[in-house]
Amino acid sequence: MSMNRRDFLALGGAAIAGTAIAPGIRLIELAQARSPEEAASAAHRWGLLIDTSKCQDGCTACVDACHEENGIQSHGRPATDAQWIRKVTLKDKQTGYVESLPLMCQHCEHPPCVDVCPTGASFKRIDGIVLVDRHICIGCRYCMMACPYKARSFVHEDTTGQKTYNPRGKGCVESCTLCVHKIDRGDGTTACAEACKKEGHQAILFGDLKDPGSEISKRLASQPSQQLRADLKLNTGVRYQGL
Amino acid sequence: MAHVTYLKMEGRSLGFWALLALLAGIVAVGLAAALYMEHNGHWVTGMNNQVIWGTPHVFAVFLIVAASGALNVASIASVFNRQLYKPLSRLSGLLAVSLLAGGLMVLVLDLGRPDRLIVAMTYYNFKSIFAWNIILYTGFFAIVAIYLWMMFERRMNVYTKPAGMAAFLWRLTLTTGTGSIFGFLVARDAYNSALLAPMFIILSFAYGLAIFLLVLMAATRWSGRELGDVMVKRLKNLLGVFVASALYFVVVYHLTNLYITGKHDVERFLLLDGGIYTKAFWLGQIVIGGILPLVILFSGISKSRAMIVLASVLVVLGGLAQMYVTIIGGQAFPMAIFPDKIVSSSFADGVVGNYSPSLPEILLGVGGLGVALALTVFAMKVLPFLPQSLADADVNPHHKAEAAKA
Repeated sequence: MSMNRRDFLALGGAAIAGTAIAPGIRLIELAQARSPEEAASAAHRWGLLIDTSKCQDGCTACVDACHEENGIQSHGRPATDAQWIRKVTLKDKQTGYVESLPLMCQHCEHPPCVDVCPTGASFKRIDGIVLVDRHICIGCRYCMMACPYKARSFVHEDTTGQKTYNPRGKGCVESCTLCVHKIDRGDGTTACAEACKKEGHQAILFGDLKDPGSEISKRLASQPSQQLRADLKLNTGVRYQGL
Repeated sequence: MAHVTYLKMEGRSLGFWALLALLAGIVAVGLAAALYMEHNGHWVTGMNNQVIWGTPHVFAVFLIVAASGALNVASIASVFNRQLYKPLSRLSGLLAVSLLAGGLMVLVLDLGRPDRLIVAMTYYNFKSIFAWNIILYTGFFAIVAIYLWMMFERRMNVYTKPAGMAAFLWRLTLTTGTGSIFGFLVARDAYNSALLAPMFIILSFAYGLAIFLLVLMAATRWSGRELGDVMVKRLKNLLGVFVASALYFVVVYHLTNLYITGKHDVERFLLLDGGIYTKAFWLGQIVIGGILPLVILFSGISKSRAMIVLASVLVVLGGLAQMYVTIIGGQAFPMAIFPDKIVSSSFADGVVGNYSPSLPEILLGVGGLGVALALTVFAMKVLPFLPQSLADADVNPHHKAEAAKA
């Protein structure tokens, strides 16, 4: 088949136009993709219910899974290493009873970290997840001064092994994201809850506090539970049982 | 009252340039320390995830508080019409600006991302007292600059009083904001008190006047200008009153906490068994920064100017100790997440936060002081901030009458 000049020009023109327009079309496609903001909805409020009676002393499966999932690596300097979740051991001063529990960002409805952040980098998503926008965090650490749970870490040195869904950077503050990337892709759980279940302890339950039919809501409605520092009236998204 | 003639510092002597070179050196070392910390990350400092704000904040908050206090002398002249203080107003305004600049430099260079300063200036969360402070600091520069202009420009002199009033109100608001950075923190037992805002205002009176006296005495002496005894006596008595008022606030703050059972643990920590923080409180804040200066200022030995210099230096040192106890001691005390439990974890829960100041932090902090003083020295060479003479006969309208009566 031979191509005359007119056909060649028409084809060439179409190819050039296609090359020029295609990225634009691709951009429209990207713009129409569900951004994290759009994925979030006020119809949900994500939270955790932690049963300390099921939490095993010495087990760190939740901590390991969280740090693996989110690319949090130790530099061998415990004082400055980031810890998004930690195991806390409690001993009653009167009775000597010992229990342990995982402690992380409590995803408050009224988060003090969000109140004090000068730039608005600390923010609460509409579905109740408290996050840090690492693009506008200036590293002033006022949120760490304000958090009653000591849930936040400052990135004290260069990071390696970052995950694409969790960019980290020296000089910014970070904390538990409630595995927001997993929630947004519909996993319906967090790394810590998953790991605890896998260990057979089932001490951490993830769910939607606004869905009366969810297991977390049913258990909260039928069993006693408490918030840490309930006196501050922050209405935490993370609740504890058995304390 | 005799017309006051202001003169620039001649600034040609070897001593002047040596002083400026020394201060420039201190600033350069401070900047190098900041670069080192930013390059490596904050793990090379004494700060960590428990003690989040370290020595740079001690210096920065001290300088910012002192800045607003340094403006007091000018306020006494323009707002409260005390003629004696009028010849000192220009220097007062200058120190207010330069101390604030020094403090802010330290604060900004200690940020995790100082390169994002523009973000701090363009994104505001108006519920944050920190964001309000950014506006208060920049506004303070502008208002004091206008105030100085009214003082310098003879045809604008009539506006000195309203400008001085605006600056006075602004500086009260500014220090309220600085105190509230801590006062508004509900999470930590040592803060969380409305008393911190007025206490910081009183502290600013003392810190600012101490620095003002030191700079005034050095500047007049090194430039061979007279400084009258009446003026020195007034200023040192005023410093004594401020130091006593500051002590009063400290006593009320701790008494209140001692009355509240829930705060007994933090009080025990600060006043009894907090190690370095207890020492810094009793020895630094109370003895060095309070009692010793009071004894010097209100006894006969304050007839010696050297003793007034000593008292002022002690107030500055005591102020730094007080900031150390407030800022670092307040963070080191463990948070009460689980009352009635003995708490332990991998994240230093339930134990006193570990912190010791690192050299770069101290150098950055001292660098801030260097910036403040270097700016002051340089500005005095460029513009006439100090009168030709502060001899009693030249500045005190009643001096001759008093002399005649006697």
